[in-house]
Amino acid sequence: MSLFRKLPGVVLAEFESTGSLLHAAEKMSEAGYEKYDCHSPFPIHGMDQAMRLKRSPMGYIIGTMGTIGMIGMIALTYWTNIYGYQMVISGKEYFSWQAFIPVIFAITILLSAFGAFFGMLALNKLPQLFNPIFGSDLFAKVTDDGFFVSVECDDPMYDEAKVKSFLESIGGKNVEVVKGE
Amino acid sequence: MNEGASKIIMNFDTNTYTIKDSGKIGIIALVLGVVFLGISVLGYMDDSTHFFLNYLTAYIFWLSIALGGLFITLLHHVTNASWSTVIRRITENMAGTMPIFILLFIPIVFGLHELFHWSHAEVMDPNSSKYDAILKGKEGYLNQTFFYISSFFYLAVWTLFAYLLRKKSIEQDSTGNDYKLAFKKISAPGMILFALTTTFASFDWMMSLDPHWFSTIFGVYYFSGLFLSGLTFLLILLIFLKSKNILQNIVTIEHYQDIAKFTFAFIIFWAYMAFSQYFLIWYANLPEENYWFLYRWEKGWEIVSLLIIFGHFVFPFIALITRIAKRSVGFLLFMSVWILLMRFVDLYWIIMPTGLNEDGSHFGFNFAIYDIAPLIGIGGLFFWFFWKQFTSNAIIPIKDATLNESMKFQNT
Repeated sequence: MSLFRKLPGVVLAEFESTGSLLHAAEKMSEAGYEKYDCHSPFPIHGMDQAMRLKRSPMGYIIGTMGTIGMIGMIALTYWTNIYGYQMVISGKEYFSWQAFIPVIFAITILLSAFGAFFGMLALNKLPQLFNPIFGSDLFAKVTDDGFFVSVECDDPMYDEAKVKSFLESIGGKNVEVVKGE
Repeated sequence: MNEGASKIIMNFDTNTYTIKDSGKIGIIALVLGVVFLGISVLGYMDDSTHFFLNYLTAYIFWLSIALGGLFITLLHHVTNASWSTVIRRITENMAGTMPIFILLFIPIVFGLHELFHWSHAEVMDPNSSKYDAILKGKEGYLNQTFFYISSFFYLAVWTLFAYLLRKKSIEQDSTGNDYKLAFKKISAPGMILFALTTTFASFDWMMSLDPHWFSTIFGVYYFSGLFLSGLTFLLILLIFLKSKNILQNIVTIEHYQDIAKFTFAFIIFWAYMAFSQYFLIWYANLPEENYWFLYRWEKGWEIVSLLIIFGHFVFPFIALITRIAKRSVGFLLFMSVWILLMRFVDLYWIIMPTGLNEDGSHFGFNFAIYDIAPLIGIGGLFFWFFWKQFTSNAIIPIKDATLNESMKFQNT
């Protein structure tokens, strides 16, 4: 359960600008770190490429959910009108598909939206009530003018001293270790 | 193939951003236009009602592209867009072809009685055997004087806004002033007038072909189609220029993807409108309304109706849904040509069945080979005029403040 997931803590380093953060992200991915993240007060163009992030699978999740909604609703309207409750409505055929296009459309959209919303939560491992990174007083700047790189302690390449010196070598300031629980 | 035609010399002046060609494209288009309009007279002699309906279809088809250009330009200014700055000059020039449509409206004036049943004096005359009480009730709107005044008004409004926007934009190329606010002051009222004029133009020129029938959504239905026409023509032109190494690195794959996204969205919007129109009429099943669809489901029109459902919605929807499709230039060219073709089929399906045979029955589907003549004829004149204006100035707004931002635009 992600709500009470224990996070092991991070090594935090501050950077001066968007440019140096982008540069740092490139260096981090080049060095082979996997469990690191960049924090900034606003989205930065080119960050995805710099961090070598894969394209999000959200499109496929939403598409699958939408298709399930469409097929499910076609099946439901067909079943109710042919097998469940055969009724003649305004002199039309039992299964008048035209009449059900709005509801098929609506359920397709609804399930797509569910896929988008819950898929996003699941992929981001949310909701998560606490993150040890908030233990850093300096990190409060991230909502205003701070640019940070954090490396999680369970990264396969993690070694506290090495990570610290590496962050300093790529221009990180105020490097600190924020311990988790 | 003609040797001369295949060797189109085209140079791109990278200092002034203008196209220098030998003038051949313009001449070819003009000759094609004149020759095929001449050929279409053969169709007139064969069956004049068929010819005029067909001419109207071709006229509205090309007009949609010009209107689409006008709409994209207006939209660019009112939404403060910056991604579309690189394509702004092209859409301005698409809209700038409006004067040619005033000229091309003349045959429609001559064909008024062939096209519009309401224009006959006897249907409004209570003593005549052809008296039609329903049309008498609509006489306040459906009369010749009002038709001429309103038609002229629509064309005048479009010409005026296209002219103002293009003139200001070209002025900017030399002065380099920031006209952002001036553009907005033109575009904001322009947008309102555009919505009203296109709606009523579609009522007057297409819906009133069957004067008993009415659909309040018809204007939106036509608008969704004209935007598609504009977008797909823009894509075809951009890909043509790209094949000649023009605008390389200025209009990038990111812009193609954005135009394709718009196209994809409006394929859905078009289907939404088309279905909404059909759905309410089908559900209520009132004889005053439903016959419009009934005579489009007989005499060969059922094939065209199905072609529109699958060719204008289902196929483009599935084909354009992925990001890969929207970013592949060759595939986009194919889809643009396909959708533009479907635009013609849609308009043909709206306009053509309204023609009446001698016995009062509706025209069956009967695509004569000379039906292509007005399409190529008007298209030739349209493209000649477009190309003449397009090549006489820089093809991007070179001094616009947002140009650099637009060139660097990226989808995230």
